[in-house]
Order: sequence, then C-alpha cells, then structure tokens
Amino acid sequence: MNNLGLVTSLLIIGVGLVWFLIRSIQGREVERRIIFIFIGLAVAAPILFKISFSEKATPIVKAVYDQIEKLPANSKVLISYDYDPAMAPEVGPMTDAFVRHAMAKGLRVYFMTLWATGQPLIVTAVDEIIKKEFPEKKDGIDYVNLGYKAGGTGVLNVIITDIRKMYLTDVNGVNIDSMEIMHGIRSLRDMNLLVSVGGGLPGVKEWILFAGDPGHIPTAGGCAAVTAPLLYPYYPNQLLGLLGGIKGAAEYESELKKEYPRLINAPQPGIKMMGPQTLAHLIIMAFVVIGNITYFIRKRRS
Amino acid sequence: MKRSSSIVLVAVLIAFVAGWLTRAGSSSSVSATASSPLADAFYVTLAAFLTLAILSFLYKDNPYYKFAEHLFVGVSAAYWMSVGFWSTIVGNLFPRISSGLSAYFGVPFKDFTIYYFVPLVFGVLLLMRLSSKAGWLSRWSLAFIVGTTAGLNLVRYLRSDFITQVSNTFVPLLVNWRGSGAFFSDFSLSASGQFALSLSNWVIFLGVFCGLVYFFFSKEHKGFFGGASKMGIWILMITFGASFGYTVMGRISILVGRLTFLFHNWLGIID
Repeated sequence: MNNLGLVTSLLIIGVGLVWFLIRSIQGREVERRIIFIFIGLAVAAPILFKISFSEKATPIVKAVYDQIEKLPANSKVLISYDYDPAMAPEVGPMTDAFVRHAMAKGLRVYFMTLWATGQPLIVTAVDEIIKKEFPEKKDGIDYVNLGYKAGGTGVLNVIITDIRKMYLTDVNGVNIDSMEIMHGIRSLRDMNLLVSVGGGLPGVKEWILFAGDPGHIPTAGGCAAVTAPLLYPYYPNQLLGLLGGIKGAAEYESELKKEYPRLINAPQPGIKMMGPQTLAHLIIMAFVVIGNITYFIRKRRS
Repeated sequence: MKRSSSIVLVAVLIAFVAGWLTRAGSSSSVSATASSPLADAFYVTLAAFLTLAILSFLYKDNPYYKFAEHLFVGVSAAYWMSVGFWSTIVGNLFPRISSGLSAYFGVPFKDFTIYYFVPLVFGVLLLMRLSSKAGWLSRWSLAFIVGTTAGLNLVRYLRSDFITQVSNTFVPLLVNWRGSGAFFSDFSLSASGQFALSLSNWVIFLGVFCGLVYFFFSKEHKGFFGGASKMGIWILMITFGASFGYTVMGRISILVGRLTFLFHNWLGIID
C-alpha cells in the first residue's frame, strides 16, 4: 500500500507540475486557487496512503536526546509548553517525545507554561501519555503540572530565584509544599535541564535569555519551523540542542524508537508528517524552478 | 441576505447536522473528554465545520470564514483572561492578601503581604482603559509595565543576546588541530569530524564578517570591501532561503495537522 500510495502521489504531483510548466511557458496565468487545490491534494494523498520515510537524528537534535539520556534517574527536567493549539500539530510531537523519553528514563518532570493556551495541552499530555502509557507514575511524585502564570519573561525573572513566589499550588490547587516532587526545589537553578517548546513570545529565546544563560542551567529547545533560524545562533553555547519544526520532532522520534523498545508502538506523528512534508517541499522547489524557467523564457521572448 | 446565500447556508447546516448524527450513531467515542457519543460527535463536527470555514478563505472572503475568525478571537481572549484570573489573581494574589478569599476559592493562604496591593491597584488602574473619562489612569500601569520590561530586557539582551553572542562568534578556525599529518590521515566528512567542524566555523566567521560589511554604509562598497559586501548579500540570501524553507515546513505541518484531524477524527477514514 505504501509503494502504491507513493507512486499514486508522485503521479498526481508529476502530472500537475507538467501542466503548470506547460501553462506557464505558454504565458498563461495559473490561478492561485488551483495552486491551493494542488498543494491540498499533494498533502492529502500521502496522509491517506500513509507514506513515511526513515529519519536519522542530526547533531543538533541528537544533543538534546543525549543530554536527557545521560541524566540519572530522578533527575529534574522542566518542560515548558509555550504554544497554543494552532501551533500544536507542529510542536506537539516534540513535547510528546520529551515526555515519553523522560518518563521512560525515570526522570522527574515539572510541567509549566508561559502561554495560557498551553495549560490544557499539558493536561492532555498527562492524560494521554503518562496516565495511559506510564500508569505506574504518580502525580506529585514523578511529575507535577504547575500550569500557567501571567507575566511572560517576568515569571522567569522571578522563578530563577524563587519558584514559590509564583507557584503556591499546582494546576489542581494542591499546595506544592505537600508534594514529594517539590522537596528540595527552590528555584530553576535546582533543575537539571530546562526544555522549552514553542514558537512565539515568550518562547525558547526568552528561556535562554532569562533562565538558562543567567542561571547557567542546561537549556534545550523545540520550536516552530519559522523560529528555528533565529535560534541557531544560540547553539551550542547557550542552547545545548534544538528541534526545529516537525523534522526535528521526527528525528527525535526515530532516536526514541531505536533505543526504547517499549515506545515502538507509541504514536509517532512527527515521522508520519514527514511524508506529506517531503512531497510538499518537492512541489515548492518545482514551483521555484518552473517560475525561473518561465521568467527566462519570457525575458528571451521580449 | 441573498436567496442564494440562504440556500447555501441551509445546505451547509443540513450537511453538518447529518454528519453529526451519522458520526454519533457510528462511533462510541472519539475523545476522552466528551460525556456522550452525541456530545462527542457534536464537538468533532463543530471543529470540522470551523476548520473548513477557516480554509474557505482560500477561495475568497466569506461569512463562514468571518464567523470562525471572530469566534476564534473572542474565545481566545476570553480564555486568556479566564485562565489569567484563576492562575494569577486566585493563585498568587489572594493567598497573599486575604485568608477569607483564599478559603473561598480553595487555595492555601500563604501569609499577608501588604505590597501585593501594589499590583492589585495597578491592575485596577489598567482596567480604567475601558472608561472614556478615567482612561488616562491606565497610563500609570502602562508606564510601569513599559519601564519594567525595558529595564529587564536591557540587561538580559545586552548580556545574553549581545555580549555572549559576540563571544560565540570567536570560534577556532582549526578545530582540535593536531597538525596536517593527523588532519589528512583522519580526514572525514562526517558532521562531527574535524574537517566539517572547522569548515562550519569558517562559514560562521566569514558569514558574520561579510554580513556586517554589507551593513556598513560609511565606506563605498568597492574593491575588497565591495567583494566582502557582495559575499554578505549571498550570506543573507542563503539565510532568507533557509527561513523560507522552514516557513514552508511550518505551514505544511499545520495543514497536515488539520487534514489529519478531518480524515481521522471527523471522517474516520484513517487510523
């Protein structure tokens, strides 16, 4: 089915591109709605036929994986969900992968968010991943959801010195002093690793500037694709690794799948998404080539 | 409303109600949060309708798109305010100013701290913006917010975004250099190899240098300076190209997410 799907998808794309090329060379305009339909079909076909490709982690992604991998059991990892449902298809797979990895490694996970819209996404992750796949893990012992606090970078500026100035309870209203997981935690400096996943403001950059860098705390990031080029300058000195867009998530999932047999059957949305991604990128590249060919032909004719 | 628009509206409503009832009859549960198959199917159908309404903008601006857009903006604003109230005012303020309010909202009372009234007053002043006569009072809060943000950002951006970034640009142009013999005998093109790392550092060095030269307008761009400036343009174009590639990836990811929702959660034609 996969090969048949791939051939069918490539056929749709190939015929469409040839049609675009002929029409462009003839000097006739292609209406934008036809391009939208074409892109829609080219993305839908690989989803329906479940086309996927193998992935291999690049050094910038592997660095994050290795950092989590080398932490001893019960190390403290803070994961910040700095995104909203609109961004979730792109960066949600990263947080899912981080949660699975941290839980499988036996790390203690502290969830928080600088975006109000991130709070229900944490709840969903706890319900769908931890409670279903790791039922032995206990709220308040192995993980805690600290939820959302307004203030953006102001929140980071406070919790870098004292978490309790901002967080008195977890998201369910339970006093954090009564939780085993919060014993010995005074500020962000007590964390072994900070992971921020997001794509807006505040996001990974603010975590670097206001927490990781001043506190000398190892900081990793996952970000929406549009933000990735802006974050590369911080790697590797201020950001130990970065997952850029769905490609980064797919690479991380492939590493997890390779090393953790219990996670082989876990959902891998990142890897699944790379099929449509690859074909869509081929089309965009073809559009650029067709556009240039048309430009030079028209220039010669005129 | 035109007659044709009314017909389209009725047809859309019938199609989605039929889809809702069919979905409710055919599936037991789609999400873990819904209370019954009927409610579950309603939420999924509504989400599918809103998704298609937003996508309909690709055809042209229309009332379905406007409805979905306004609903999204309104719900988002209300949601942020609601969560902000419960997490910050109930979660942070009440435990510091009132044991009665803390008990009422079921949060542990910490200790009475008088200076927590300062943000409370500033918060109330900020809401004065809603009044045409007392709107000027909100400027005090805004001044505090702008001043604080500028002060915090100045220090952090100067240290972490400027000084440290400059220091990060000072990279060894020959990584782990152990002499030409060792370099050629251990030659490798792998990403973690000495050659690739050295090449990467050369790209950083030359890229930053040429990029900066391009933005230096006090000297005419001729000779060596002009060549470096042209190189800077190439570096910028490659950077913009990478950004464009990532942007395409981001947009396609979002499209894949929505199509997966339609095919999986709504239509149920994929696993």
